[in-house]
Amino acid sequence: MADTLAPAIEAAPIAPTLPESKDARALHRMVFVGIAVALVVLPFVLYPVFLMKVLCFALFALAFNLLLGYGGLLSFGHAAYFGMASYLSAYSAKIWGLTPELAILCGTATAGVLGFVFGSLAIRRQGIYFAMITLALAQMVFFFALQSKFTGGEDGIQAVPRGHLFGLVSLADDRVLYVLVASIFFGGLLLIYRIIHSPFGQVLKAIRDNEPRAISLGYRTHHYKLALFVLSTTLAGLAGATKAIVFQLASLTDVHWSMSGEVVLITLVGGLGTVFGPIAGALVIVTMENYLAPFGAWVTIIQGVVFVVCVLVFREGIVGMIARWAKRPL
Amino acid sequence: MSDLALETDGLTMEFKGFRAVSDVALKVARGSIHALIGPNGAGKTTCFNLLTKFLTPTAGSIRFNGRDITRTKPADVARLGLVRSFQISAVFPHLTVKENVRIALQRHRRGDSFDFWRSQSVLNALDSEALELVEAVGLSSFAETIASELSYGRKRALEIATTLALSPEMLLLDEPMAGMGREDVERTEALIRRVSEGRTILMVEHNLSVVASLSNRITVLARGRILAEGDYATVSRDPQVIEAYIGAGHA
Repeated sequence: MADTLAPAIEAAPIAPTLPESKDARALHRMVFVGIAVALVVLPFVLYPVFLMKVLCFALFALAFNLLLGYGGLLSFGHAAYFGMASYLSAYSAKIWGLTPELAILCGTATAGVLGFVFGSLAIRRQGIYFAMITLALAQMVFFFALQSKFTGGEDGIQAVPRGHLFGLVSLADDRVLYVLVASIFFGGLLLIYRIIHSPFGQVLKAIRDNEPRAISLGYRTHHYKLALFVLSTTLAGLAGATKAIVFQLASLTDVHWSMSGEVVLITLVGGLGTVFGPIAGALVIVTMENYLAPFGAWVTIIQGVVFVVCVLVFREGIVGMIARWAKRPL
Repeated sequence: MSDLALETDGLTMEFKGFRAVSDVALKVARGSIHALIGPNGAGKTTCFNLLTKFLTPTAGSIRFNGRDITRTKPADVARLGLVRSFQISAVFPHLTVKENVRIALQRHRRGDSFDFWRSQSVLNALDSEALELVEAVGLSSFAETIASELSYGRKRALEIATTLALSPEMLLLDEPMAGMGREDVERTEALIRRVSEGRTILMVEHNLSVVASLSNRITVLARGRILAEGDYATVSRDPQVIEAYIGAGHA
C-alpha cells in the first residue's frame, strides 16, 4: 500500500500551485453556499443517518488532509485520535451521563492532548519515518483499547445515549441530531478553511515549500508542524466523538489501522491538498460501503480497485481534476 | 572584541575520522565584506554550514557579537540577526515574489504567527514594505509572479530581498554568484555592495574577480585549515595559496 501511496503524495502540491486569486476566493464562497444549501436539502432526499456518517467521515478526512495536504505530513495513525475521541465521547455520555455537547467536547479534547503527546514524539522525523512512528503509536492505542476495561474490549461501548443537547433538546430524532452534526461539520469546514488562509497557514505554505529556508528566516518549523498536528488530531477527534453519538457506539473498528487507511483513501479519491476534496471522497467511499454492503468482503476488493484506478488515472482526485479543469484552486 | 562581528575558535568538524574543517580561527570584522575562498574540497561549505548552525561542530566555538552561539539552533541564530543564503537559490517556489518577501517580514515584524483563527488579510499591512524591498532589488514588475517562474539571477535577487526583510546585522552568502551569467553577476555584485552598507557580510565565493572587487578581507582555506589571510593583493601573492590552487588543478 505504501508503494501505491508514494506517487499520490508527490502529487500533493499540484492543486495548491494554482494561483490563489481574488476570483478563486469568490468561487470558494460559492462552493460554501452550495455546501450549505446541500446540507439543508439533502436530509429530505436521503436517509439522515447515512448523511451523518458521510459528514463524520468527511470531517475526519478534512482534518487528515489539513495535515497531509497543507503540512506535507503523512500520519498513518489518525485512527488513534478518531477512535480515542469516539471512546471518550461514548464513555462520558453513557457512564458519566454528560450531555452530548460535553461528551463530544470531552472526546475532542482527548484527541487534542493525545495529538500533542504523540506529535511531540513524531514531528522530528519526516516522510516514511514520520508515517511509521505515527502508525506504531496508533497500534499502541489499539492495543490499549483492546485490553483496557473502560473501552469494553471486543464489545466496545454500546447503547450510548444520544441524550439532550444542552440538557434541553432531545436528539432521539435523527433529523434533530442531523442539524447538530451538520452544524459541527460546517463549523469544522469553516475553521479548516480559515486555518489554511491564516498567517499561520501562510507560514505552513512556506515550510512545505522550502523548510531550510523557513528555518533560516528564523521560523522554528517544528513548532508550526506540531501546532498543525494538534489541530488536525483535534478535528479528527471532533469527527470521532460526533460519530460515537450518532451511531451510539464506540468500537475497536474506530481505532483499527484500517480506519487510518480509509481516511487516506477518502482523501486521495477526493483530492489531496484541495480544500473540498475530502468531502467528495467521503461521499464516494461511504456510499460505496453502504450500497455495496450486500457484496460482503468484495467491498474491500472494489475499494482497492477504485484506489488503484484513482492513483493511476487521476492522481489529483475528483476535486483536484475539477480544479485543474477550472484552472482554479478548490 | 567589539569590532568583531563573528569569531570562531578552534572550529573543527570531523566526519567519521575525516577532518573536513580543522582548528579554524576565523575573525570577521564588523562592517567588512569578508570572503572565504579555497580550492574544491577545502572545507568552505562545511565551514559555512557550521557558521549557520546547519551542522554542529565536533570541537571549537563560534561567537556572534561576543555571544557564544555554538549550540544555538539555526532558527534562533537567524533571530539574533545572523542570516544565511543558500548555494542553490532558496526561494519559496509556489509563493509569489511579494509573498516570498512578506513571509520574512511576517517573522520579523510579527514574531511567531500561530494565529490560525485570523484571516491572512491581516498580512496586507506588510505589503507596502514588501513591495519596497522588491523594488530595491529591481523586481517591481514581477511582484505578482510565482517565484518558480523567475530566471536564476532574479531568484537570487529575490532571495536577497527576502533576507534583507529581516534587517539582519550580518549576512552569510553561500556562493552568491554560482551558476550566474556575466550580466547577473554584475547586477548581483552591485546589489551586494549596496546592501553591505552598515552590515557585515561573509561570503563563500568561487569567482575570484568578484572576490577581488568586493571583499576587504580574504581567508583562504585548504584541506580544512586556514592557509592565508589578508586583502586580495597579499593573498594572491602568497606562494602557498598559488600552490594550493595550481596543485588542485586550477592551472
